[in-house]
Amino acid sequence: MTAPDAHREPTTTLAPTAGPTTAGRPADNRFKILDATIKRHRRQPDALLEVLHTAQELFGYLDRETLTYVGRALRVPPSRVYGVATFYNFFSLKPKGAHSCVVCLGTACYVKGADRILAAVQQAYHVPPHGTTPDGQLSLATARCIGACGLAPAAVFDGDIAGRMTPAAAVARIAPWMPHDQ
Amino acid sequence: MTSDDLDTVRARERAAFAAAPCRLAVCTAAGCLSSGAGAVRDALERTAADGADSPGLRIIGTGCLGLCHAGPLLRVFRAGAPDVTYAHATPDLAAAVVRQLPDGRLPDERQLPAMHPFFAHQHPVVLENAGRIDCERIEDYVAAGGYAALQQAMTEMKPDDVIREVVASGLRGRGGAGYPTGLKWSTVAKARGAGKFVVCNADEGDPGAFMDRSVLEGDPHRVIEGMAIAGFAVGAEQGYIYVRGEYPLAVSRLRVAIRQAERMDLLGQRILDTPFSFRIDVRIGAGAFVCGEETALIASIEGKRGAPRPRPPYPASFGLWGRPTLINNVETYANIPPIIRSGGAAYARLGTERSKGTKVFALAGAIVNTGLIEVPMGTSLRQIIFDIGGGIPDGRSFKAAQTGGPSGGCIPASHLDLPVDYEALAGIGSIMGSGGLIVMDDRSCMVDVARFFMEFCRDESCGKCIPCRAGTVQMHTLLMRMTTGVAAERDLTLLEQLADMVTRTSLCGLGQTAANPVVSTLRHFRDEYMAHILEHRCPAGVCRMPRAPERAS
Ligand SMILES: Cc1cc2nc3c(=O)[nH]c(=O)nc-3n(C[C@H](O)[C@H](O)[C@H](O)COP(=O)(O)O)c2cc1C
Ligand code: FES
Repeated sequence: MTAPDAHREPTTTLAPTAGPTTAGRPADNRFKILDATIKRHRRQPDALLEVLHTAQELFGYLDRETLTYVGRALRVPPSRVYGVATFYNFFSLKPKGAHSCVVCLGTACYVKGADRILAAVQQAYHVPPHGTTPDGQLSLATARCIGACGLAPAAVFDGDIAGRMTPAAAVARIAPWMPHDQ
Repeated sequence: MTSDDLDTVRARERAAFAAAPCRLAVCTAAGCLSSGAGAVRDALERTAADGADSPGLRIIGTGCLGLCHAGPLLRVFRAGAPDVTYAHATPDLAAAVVRQLPDGRLPDERQLPAMHPFFAHQHPVVLENAGRIDCERIEDYVAAGGYAALQQAMTEMKPDDVIREVVASGLRGRGGAGYPTGLKWSTVAKARGAGKFVVCNADEGDPGAFMDRSVLEGDPHRVIEGMAIAGFAVGAEQGYIYVRGEYPLAVSRLRVAIRQAERMDLLGQRILDTPFSFRIDVRIGAGAFVCGEETALIASIEGKRGAPRPRPPYPASFGLWGRPTLINNVETYANIPPIIRSGGAAYARLGTERSKGTKVFALAGAIVNTGLIEVPMGTSLRQIIFDIGGGIPDGRSFKAAQTGGPSGGCIPASHLDLPVDYEALAGIGSIMGSGGLIVMDDRSCMVDVARFFMEFCRDESCGKCIPCRAGTVQMHTLLMRMTTGVAAERDLTLLEQLADMVTRTSLCGLGQTAANPVVSTLRHFRDEYMAHILEHRCPAGVCRMPRAPERAS
């Protein structure tokens, strides 16, 4: 298993200042990519979701400045940008941890006892569902089915789907990400 | 590229195909990949390259072979010999297969029996290419007869002829409601106004369902072809596929497929050198169940909050950006190429009186063979669960099958012989839904199942209309009272009244069907509710009732 630190800039996830209105700072490539996406959609207001998807991929989450920036670029009022960003579960307005664990709570996984996996991870690492550990190492989330129902119960660790999970296996899979005194 | 050029490509690919007497197909759907299919494929390729004595050997990454729980699956096709399928394939096994191929003696370990009942009872139409083609090569799809239906429509048929075939096929929408597809197409075709749209609903929000994901991952060109034919039939030049954000692999395979089709003039300007142009763009959902509802989906493509609106006007007359819009499900489009190729009448010979063709189901839960299956409409639940699915594991007994997800219901053992079609399922208080079929054994508590689905609907209600927004919260609270052992009989009365009210007064399908799991479990498992309420006891032993009043025992 490889930790994705290699391609993750250290400031991506935790520095709240990484907003796009940081004029005068050394040019951040990520804004260029965001601008390219906006331009590709010809600044159409309809492209709001696409642009927010890109922004979240680039910055890890959507902070206030990013939302304002996107709104201006697409000529969409802040109320609508905020309304869309909060309507969809995918968009996160808070920074996420360095690693992520998503436990599926869909029907197939529920029938196979997914709640015990969630409880075990929560307990082992003191992290609430949809929360992040205080040291910023782990974000825990739940999903409504990731389409791996044939392998239920399933979970996703840093983007990799793992089927036939057990509470112990989930806890073990996260252990290498965490400081050793846990 | 013209239609004749495409014929040339097809002939060339078929010749190459015939010259390769052996194919090794690894399932590279998301399920098998997570079980290690990538390493199996690497081992196949490495060993084949080392040996260099395996002419005519082709290694392909293919779409879902169906038996997900036994992944990674590896299937060997040899000219003149029956296919062999390996379950739980490992890199070592893969290497052994390649090395032993020249002598024709394949390893015995992990082979599935030749006529494994899981495969023997199926009838693939939508999934006909699973295992046979490489999901990232358009040439494979073309060689297997792909895009022949589009060619035929463009060169030999008028839009009306296409619609006539779809009507004759009796195909009904596979997204859940079962609306006749031919009727929908002719309504959009007749709608006045330029700039019509064709939309593919790949939101697959029903938890426990992964049919659409498998089709998009394994055979994306089939959906593209279906949409292009639809565009031709209704007079649209632009299509959108709205895919769930949870399906990154499906999105990337789809994007690859669209680029390939554009390069071969099967999408884009002047398709196959005819006056018809059709583009497809992919839109990615952002994790909202309600966006599977067609008017909410339209709002989402327009970059807005995914809130539904009252119908009429239906999208067929007033859809995306106010234009006439055809919306169909992934599996609906995937049925179109075979219908055009062999004719609507041939398709209509499969299935029952009012439900034609086949249906893909995703089997999950307490069942031995979890995975993806396709059977003719009218197949009984018993055949699906016991013959194909292999029955219930761990020596437990069947309790209920859940179909239709949060809008559906639970079917008890007494209805196992029911032929599965739209009317039969509706008749016993469930729905066909999109094809998720979750089996529950005696360890599932039906009251808790109802609570589970109500929690889902409560969380996913968009909040626009009050019956759904407030009603789901109240029903969930009542169900929580039951599962924690503090409910009284009047809570049940209240629950039934609320269920009726929310069903009748909600704005969209989400609220109108949110009470279905409650109503159907009450209908078939009322005694379990009564045990929770009167005796503060959970017969299945699922609900913990720490706050329950002392029980005299
Ligand atoms: C709450 C709700 C969720 C839905 N989710 C889906 C879905 O995930 N996929 C889908 O194809 N249809 C879904 N539908 C049905 C669509 O509104 C629409 O009927 C369907 O896409 C039409 O395609 P069809 O005629 O090919 O079935 C949903 C409906 C409701 C009310
Ligand atoms: S229900 Fe968990 S993957 Fe589908």
